[in-house]
Amino acid sequence: MISFKNVSKRYPGGYAALKNINFEVTAGEMVFLTGHSGAGKSTMLKLIAAIERPNGGTVLVNGENIGKIKSGAVPYLRRNLGLIFQDHKLLFDRNLFDNVMLPLQIAGFDYREAAKRVRAALDKVGLLKREKASPISLSGGEQQRLCIARAIVNRPSILLADEPTGNLDAESANSILEIFKSFHQVGATLLISTHDESILKLYKGRSLTLKHGELQA
Amino acid sequence: MKSWLVHHLHVMQFTLRRLRTTPVSSLLNVLVIGVALSLPTGGYILLQNVQGLSDKLVGSPQLSVFLSMNTSQDEISRYSKQLEQQDAIARVEFVPREKALQQLQQSTGLVDVTGGLTQNPLPHAFILYPKSNDPLVLEKLRDELKKWPKFEHVQLDSAWARKLEAMLKFGRLAVLILAILLSFALVAITFNTIRLQILTQREEIEVSKLIGASNSFIRRPFLYFGLVQGLLGGSAAWLIVTISLTLLNANMAELTLLYESNFSLHHLSSGDSLTLLLFSAYLGWLGALLSVTQHLWKIDTH
Repeated sequence: MISFKNVSKRYPGGYAALKNINFEVTAGEMVFLTGHSGAGKSTMLKLIAAIERPNGGTVLVNGENIGKIKSGAVPYLRRNLGLIFQDHKLLFDRNLFDNVMLPLQIAGFDYREAAKRVRAALDKVGLLKREKASPISLSGGEQQRLCIARAIVNRPSILLADEPTGNLDAESANSILEIFKSFHQVGATLLISTHDESILKLYKGRSLTLKHGELQA
Repeated sequence: MKSWLVHHLHVMQFTLRRLRTTPVSSLLNVLVIGVALSLPTGGYILLQNVQGLSDKLVGSPQLSVFLSMNTSQDEISRYSKQLEQQDAIARVEFVPREKALQQLQQSTGLVDVTGGLTQNPLPHAFILYPKSNDPLVLEKLRDELKKWPKFEHVQLDSAWARKLEAMLKFGRLAVLILAILLSFALVAITFNTIRLQILTQREEIEVSKLIGASNSFIRRPFLYFGLVQGLLGGSAAWLIVTISLTLLNANMAELTLLYESNFSLHHLSSGDSLTLLLFSAYLGWLGALLSVTQHLWKIDTH
């Protein structure tokens, strides 16, 4: 599903964020990506979503080579990914329902079919009763759950989460990890970055550790 | 296909909602565009009215021959026959001086002035209807007739019409320049409106891009907005011109009544109206396209 071969990424100015990264994530895996802040976790996720392009090596996602993908094809790649951001990136000018509706509008779904999916996604993260509310009225944990609902409403095969529990208390973080686990159980591929070691103790899955842009064995 | 249509309808609704959420600035924008477009449109319709008037007056060119005051009846009938024999002339009409005075009184409503005259100051006249419309032929004919004895003054009645035509040409050029300049203004207004919208919706654009929106999806609502704003501006221009013409006509009625004529300004034809609306909508769309293309590119490289 996702494979990195000898991937390196330098930012303008010469800062090397990733050096010679090799790994593979197969379909249905749930993988944690850990490391200190600045280790290159976000860069790795950005490469997978084609937000950044690699300087060397090949990144393959769903069979697409990110280094060579045409900019016109990027939107279609992203529709198969669910992106979950640390800062949620919600739109505060519309209610919960419309926030989750956005990816389906973009994909050109029939409205009635889309509405069903939106409610199902909101139900999954426990926010169905508040579909008419504004995201501003939600707590940090609830905002993160809304972000997850938006990421999964398109039923993507791969979910990428960048520090999803970064600013949350243990209880909220736990509920979010439970949601991820339930997706894993129905066959989704997940790549979750975190600097929180305690999560790794709770969920004994595969984990990759980055240190100063290099993958630790 | 159906979902594509529904999506476009949805975008349209969204655009109208966006116009409604900022009623004052939307109204001002529409008004500015309307005023800008109404200037060349108004100039155009006024010129067209003058053109119509001159066409009516100069339907066929005439030559007026004024005889000297001491011309006798015999001479008149002789000249009449000679003129009728000329190849270049289709028809000859004789206007005796008494009839000329009568016509003057009737057509201009100057009864009071002419009534004060002790004697008729007008000469006998021939009105000649030439076969040709060509100004060169007419001028040659005029120069020839001038040489006839007792033909005191020969006047080519289309000369003033040609001067008017030249002035109209000048006027049309001025209106064209005005239209081009103000079209740029319209594009600039839309460009700026859309730029502000993109700035305020930067977050939405970025998020949409991250979750798989294509450039055309992001562009669409802005293009619709430019189109609708241009269309509304064009409608405003149409209203301004139509209301102005109606007001002018109401005042003109008073004026023309005094001159015993029934001249009135005609309004924009349905074809011209449609052209105005389509053109303004197109310019709005163009301004939006330029703006979106430039600013989305900035967000892309960011």
